[in-house]
Amino acid sequence: MSTVLDGLYYSESHEWLKVKGEFGYIGITDYAQHQLGNVVYVDLPEVDDELNQGEEFGAVESVKAASDLLSPISGTVVEINEALEDKPELLNEDAFNNWICKVKINDTAELSNLMDAEAYKAICE
Amino acid sequence: MYKYFPHTESDIAEMLERIGVSSLDDLYAEIPESIRFDKDYNLHQSMSEDEVRSYFKELGNLNHPLISFAGGGAYDHYSPSVIAQLIARSEYLTAYTPYQPEISQGTLQYIFEFQSMICELTGMECCNASMYDGATATAEAMLMAIAHAKKRNKVIISRTVSERVIAVVETYARFHGVVLDYIPEKEGVTDKAAMEQMLAADDVAGVIVSTPNRYGIIEDFTGFAESTHAHKTLFIVNADPSAMAVLKTPGEWGADIACGDGQSLGMPLNFGGPYVGYLAATRDLVRKLPGRIVGATKDVDGKRAFVLTLQAREQHIRRQKANSNICSNQSLMALYVTIYMALMGKRGLQEVNEKSYAGAHYLCDKLLATGKFSLCFDKPFLKEFAVRTTLNREKLLKHLEEKGFLAGIPVEGTDDALLFCVTEKRTREEIDNLVSLIEQEG
Repeated sequence: MSTVLDGLYYSESHEWLKVKGEFGYIGITDYAQHQLGNVVYVDLPEVDDELNQGEEFGAVESVKAASDLLSPISGTVVEINEALEDKPELLNEDAFNNWICKVKINDTAELSNLMDAEAYKAICE
Repeated sequence: MYKYFPHTESDIAEMLERIGVSSLDDLYAEIPESIRFDKDYNLHQSMSEDEVRSYFKELGNLNHPLISFAGGGAYDHYSPSVIAQLIARSEYLTAYTPYQPEISQGTLQYIFEFQSMICELTGMECCNASMYDGATATAEAMLMAIAHAKKRNKVIISRTVSERVIAVVETYARFHGVVLDYIPEKEGVTDKAAMEQMLAADDVAGVIVSTPNRYGIIEDFTGFAESTHAHKTLFIVNADPSAMAVLKTPGEWGADIACGDGQSLGMPLNFGGPYVGYLAATRDLVRKLPGRIVGATKDVDGKRAFVLTLQAREQHIRRQKANSNICSNQSLMALYVTIYMALMGKRGLQEVNEKSYAGAHYLCDKLLATGKFSLCFDKPFLKEFAVRTTLNREKLLKHLEEKGFLAGIPVEGTDDALLFCVTEKRTREEIDNLVSLIEQEG
């Protein structure tokens, strides 16, 4: 059974978004890391990249597959989690504590396109 | 009915019935009659084995093998005959692609060894399972630079890179939306000052140079890596792998990517192919390398084993995001050069180059002594060099061809320059004969 945390926003493509003021942290869910298996590489975006909601901004590679990362929100990348470059397996250890990038959110109205924990739990079952 | 088609009349009738057309002609009704091929094929009805053998022998007799003093990217090096015997083994000739490691350990092992030896020769940290040829490997290197830079779509290439390589790189650039610009040459080598000026705009993803270059000149890349890296640009060196046994390697020049053609590693000229390309890079770029990479690991019992690795970024899993979609490795030819490298060893490869160097310089001195030739550029060279001649170039080449010599190739863009090549296979007698024929010509 995968963990789903309350208080986060979720996308159908299994990314989570944690909102802190005008910033948002983006990661993949525990369900997603379970599905992928051993993560061997994270293709990170770059600082200053412009992300659009629902569009690809990077990729996660496991021993058997590679999946695009789709941004849950539009915004500008202000920070990336460089630790993932050398230790991509952190996503398997704790998908919620290891965010992928931090963005400055363009428009909070887009949050209404995302799911809350309850709704996300339902699609993971 | 076309006699070499495997389908029987009833096969065809069944297929036509299934798709609902009454005849093969109806199937092609969309194609205008005027452009349809309606003649019989120019093939014999049937021949016995003996007849076929003598027919081909007759055809073979029409060939006039020439003693080659030509290079320009394909070199007449010694090829140990044991290689042809070994690669003819049925295990190697199978069309099977090594996706299932448990049944293809032999194939995976030789690819691993190919990668390892190319890394050692070029001074790079990782290498893929081989490429189609040197020109496409260079084009793939360009695409790697573009993928690495993310926001830049310009690559600059030196005019001293072989024009045939440039032609292929141009084609790839055009259809990938890559802006390709040219670094001018200065006295036969890449104009470093011009390159630095082009880099200043900070919009270049990669710089491509080559050594020995299109004139056979060993280029000096001192400061190139520093200049390119200062502008976050990748430094790509197309290098003759055979020459790397004695020259400073791309790795030693600080290159990010090394590429080139493996033909010089003992592969026969084969009328122009098949050859094999290599593509090697620094460890940082391993995920940008197209195609297959074989890794060594251990199985559950702790025994050494080989697997295809870093496959997930390959085209069959993430096709639309792949750097390359035609990166099948040239496995049999990679095996060829792997056996060659193993047989020759470090010392053997050095000897090949030392003998080629001695022969090329001997020929060059002799040609200059005739008074009919002058060096195009006074620069260091290994087995190939460009000279201008006061003789009629085309007439000279034709005359020597009649005497059994392929005496170099015309340098494109000039009417009096010739590129001569001498490998370890050319004897002193052959060189002396060539020179005395040239002397008679004048």
